[in-house]
Amino acid sequence: MSAPATSIKGRAFGDRVLLALVILLSIIMIAPVLWVIGLSLKENAELMANPNSVFHAPYTLKNYINTIGTSSVFRWVLNSIVVSGGLTLATLILSSLAGYGFARLNFPGRNILFVIVLFGLAVPEQAVLVARHQIFSMLKFHNTYHGLILPGLSASFGVFLMTQYFRAIPKELDEAAMLDNAGRFKIFWKVLLPLTVPAQATLGIFTFLGAWNDYFWPLISATKKDMFTLTVGMASTQTNFAQSEGIGFLMAQAVFAGAPILIIYLFFQKYIVTAVSGAAVR
Amino acid sequence: MADQLTIRETAAPAVGVRVPSANIYAPQWRNFVFVAPFLFFFTTLLIFPLFWGMWLSVHKADTFSTGRFVGLDNYVRLFHDKVFLQSVWNTFYFVLLTVPTLALIGLFLALCLNRRTRTAAVLRTLFFSSSVLSVTIVTLIWRIVYIPNVGLLSTIYGWFGATAPAFISDPSLAMIGIAIATIWWCIGLPMMLFLSALQQIPQDIYEAAALDNANRWQTLRSITLPSIKRTFILVIIIQIVLQFQLFGQAWLMTRGGPNNLTKPIVLYIYDTAFRRWDLGMGAAASEMLFVLILIAAMAQYLVTRNKGDQA
Repeated sequence: MSAPATSIKGRAFGDRVLLALVILLSIIMIAPVLWVIGLSLKENAELMANPNSVFHAPYTLKNYINTIGTSSVFRWVLNSIVVSGGLTLATLILSSLAGYGFARLNFPGRNILFVIVLFGLAVPEQAVLVARHQIFSMLKFHNTYHGLILPGLSASFGVFLMTQYFRAIPKELDEAAMLDNAGRFKIFWKVLLPLTVPAQATLGIFTFLGAWNDYFWPLISATKKDMFTLTVGMASTQTNFAQSEGIGFLMAQAVFAGAPILIIYLFFQKYIVTAVSGAAVR
Repeated sequence: MADQLTIRETAAPAVGVRVPSANIYAPQWRNFVFVAPFLFFFTTLLIFPLFWGMWLSVHKADTFSTGRFVGLDNYVRLFHDKVFLQSVWNTFYFVLLTVPTLALIGLFLALCLNRRTRTAAVLRTLFFSSSVLSVTIVTLIWRIVYIPNVGLLSTIYGWFGATAPAFISDPSLAMIGIAIATIWWCIGLPMMLFLSALQQIPQDIYEAAALDNANRWQTLRSITLPSIKRTFILVIIIQIVLQFQLFGQAWLMTRGGPNNLTKPIVLYIYDTAFRRWDLGMGAAASEMLFVLILIAAMAQYLVTRNKGDQA
């Protein structure tokens, strides 16, 4: 703690009060997670007898073995990977092409189209959900991978982000390439796209995370157990929760589903924070 | 941005010599192919359903057919439905519980953690980490905090021989229970938005204040807070839009109960459209939500636009 503020004596007490408050809030952040991890390592019968048994041995990995033994969980993880991966890849392609188009090229109606795309940012999912569901019913898209992926392709945020990014690249680069008689697609692919890697990473991680955590659309579109994503599948196993049977097992599932995302977050923290704040402010 | 483009377009032909560049920026239909793929999905999956939803809201519709035209009947039924009115009230109550708390705790954390120390960096990571979890995991965690007997809360109360408040089943506490879980889940974003605003305040203002012997409270009140006023409003609006869409937490923690007291608008839409299959009325309810969110989004647009005027 080498903050300059501590050098002024009068501030020491105030600093301590603030520190205590921040520590209290940190405990509130961590304690529920530690509790869940603790329960996931306990035999269910023992928990029912005495919840305080979390604080001492014996611990067991039985709940995790049961989680992994439940074949559905792997199917759900696979579904989530296919849906989130597919949506991310498609979003990156569509957004990069459109971002380049809006930022660099001119075509009839460009400005008005861009305004309409921006308006798309303000449309909440719930406003189109009912109609989308009916359309997908008619096309028999429910309980398929494309049924889960397609709605995400209409999100404007990626186009908005990529357009901003392409606009920030100096135009002289395109003009130089154009003097060499390079075609528009070649300029996009060879000259500009490699420069957008940071934006691609931000958009990619943001899209993947959003799709991985999405709950509403998969809930109403994937009604067959085999097509559940991890989020929906996990929610479906919680129904007998009230009887508090197999709490350790449920907790092991929560850790199993949450840990990979938290580890990814630790590695890509910078991109995730940029993407999420960027999406919020727009 | 648009202005700059226009200037460039009109200026280019005037230069005359650079004929190739002049052609580049002229409108051409073939340039359309770059935006066409996105616009196809945007039109078919967003614009079309948006209007289709409005169309549905004036029809008696089920899953496979649009049914007959009923005019504003769905809307009239909606406003006579006590459960819908309750859900609107619930949503506003939830927004009132979460949004100011999120903004104030977020601001507090940002002020405390806006330092270049390792501890501050670790704590920032910690407070944002819950934001990357899915709603399923968050509700699972918080139900296990609230649940009687093995719950974290009842265990802690048990140490002092007290009974924990029944956050899920007590009608007067259920929504507060959901709000606490939501604040825990969403605190990362407001904190990060405030942090990035704080980092944009020029450091020399603080140096000048230090020379004037301003104490911490004076500095906070007359420098820091005025500089981030716009961000504060922005955070409030963003959170209103987000929290208006409450669904997963209520559905997974309380199923909207007890007695519909935690049923938000989105859960009402879900119930009406996808459990009772009254798509027309579900669409009408979602139009109402759309209007409410659009008002908030407009406010956000106005606040964001003013940025340029001030700077």
